[in-house]
Amino acid sequence: MSRASVVPVSVDFAQTERFRYVLRLADTSLILGQRLSEWVGHAPALEEDLGVANISLDLIGQARMLLSYAGEIEAAGRDEDQLAYLRDQNDFCNLALVEQPNGDFGCTIVRQVLIDVWQLELLSWFDASTDQRLREIAAKAVKETRYHLRYSSGWLVRLGDGTEESHTRVQTSLNDLWKFTTELFTPDEIDRLAENAGVAPNLNVLRGSWLHRIDEILNEATLTRPDDVPYVWFGKRGEHTEYLGHLLSDMQYLQRAYPGVTW
Amino acid sequence: MVTMVDRVRLLDVETRDQRVWRILSAVADPEIPVLSIVDLGIVRHVRWSTDDEPEIGLTPTYSGCPATDFIRDSVRHALSVNGYPKAHLVEVLSPPWSSTWISEAGRVKLKDYGIAPPNCTTEAVGNPVCPRCEGSANEAVELISEFGSTPCKALYRCCVCLEPFDYFKPF
Repeated sequence: MSRASVVPVSVDFAQTERFRYVLRLADTSLILGQRLSEWVGHAPALEEDLGVANISLDLIGQARMLLSYAGEIEAAGRDEDQLAYLRDQNDFCNLALVEQPNGDFGCTIVRQVLIDVWQLELLSWFDASTDQRLREIAAKAVKETRYHLRYSSGWLVRLGDGTEESHTRVQTSLNDLWKFTTELFTPDEIDRLAENAGVAPNLNVLRGSWLHRIDEILNEATLTRPDDVPYVWFGKRGEHTEYLGHLLSDMQYLQRAYPGVTW
Repeated sequence: MVTMVDRVRLLDVETRDQRVWRILSAVADPEIPVLSIVDLGIVRHVRWSTDDEPEIGLTPTYSGCPATDFIRDSVRHALSVNGYPKAHLVEVLSPPWSSTWISEAGRVKLKDYGIAPPNCTTEAVGNPVCPRCEGSANEAVELISEFGSTPCKALYRCCVCLEPFDYFKPF
């Protein structure tokens, strides 16, 4: 049964909730894009520098479209730049996974695979969303995400099924980062309202397809899926790990030091 | 036989649409200057509010393409100096741009410029043909980097002539 045909855009999913929901997606893309950009000039090889920089660029482009949309929903006169540069840590609602430090290149790749598969499943689902603008943004972003996953999963297989050293490193990163994946599929009030309005998928169903694809990749990479951890960081509700503040101080420096500066 | 008089008459009846499309055809893509934005397929529509106010619909290739703002400025400039200072530019997101929208002329220009044009489907399957050996090296290419000098390109190497080349990714 298709959600779109059963549940019309509901009054229950009002302006405030829609704004929060879109902002979560935007922040997740923005913060991950910013994190990945830290590799520019430091990646293990020129090709990886280009690869990571291009993925970062796609994510920031997606964040711009989503932030602009969020700003229009909010209708308080905030544009993409104001939303990106003039909010404080607790107002950011990205998933805690994407703000985690890059670590070594393998750690970055592990995080990327976990989030790429999530994005791919979510963006593909949005094709059936009752929110037309999300459908349009997702139709564009999903094509980019396919390339991201090709890149990240290719590297994870090489590193996992590589040397003893590379295998140990990515397995350790996977063990460290796994706890942050619980948040991806633990719905809160806004997720439930979004699902009821046909805007967003059921997160439990999404987890099923995510896990299926993740298991395939981990299997090929000879890696072991860690046990699930019940504790959930709610980055999407503004509860962040210590790392986001440092990232923001870097990303927002110019606008904070010279308010309103343009070039 | 087309006489000079006929030619003048043909020029005379150039419609406002044709005129605007002709102006847009002269706007180069900043990353691949041999391609115009019309070759690239990113001009989605030309509409009119009044006779001197065209509305141009542009679509980005990739979400984060850094050339997008530059292209908008170039379009605004080209229209302005050609008599349309009041042109209005809008961003069109849907349907999303696809590399299958690159014109046939555009594909030839890409190849001549040394960039392998995308395989015709939108999925990332199949190998490009080396734009220098022109098919004698069919399939004998290797991927150097999934991502190249711009988001829309990957980097390959031809195993026959050993030259690296850019591949415009199917998208």
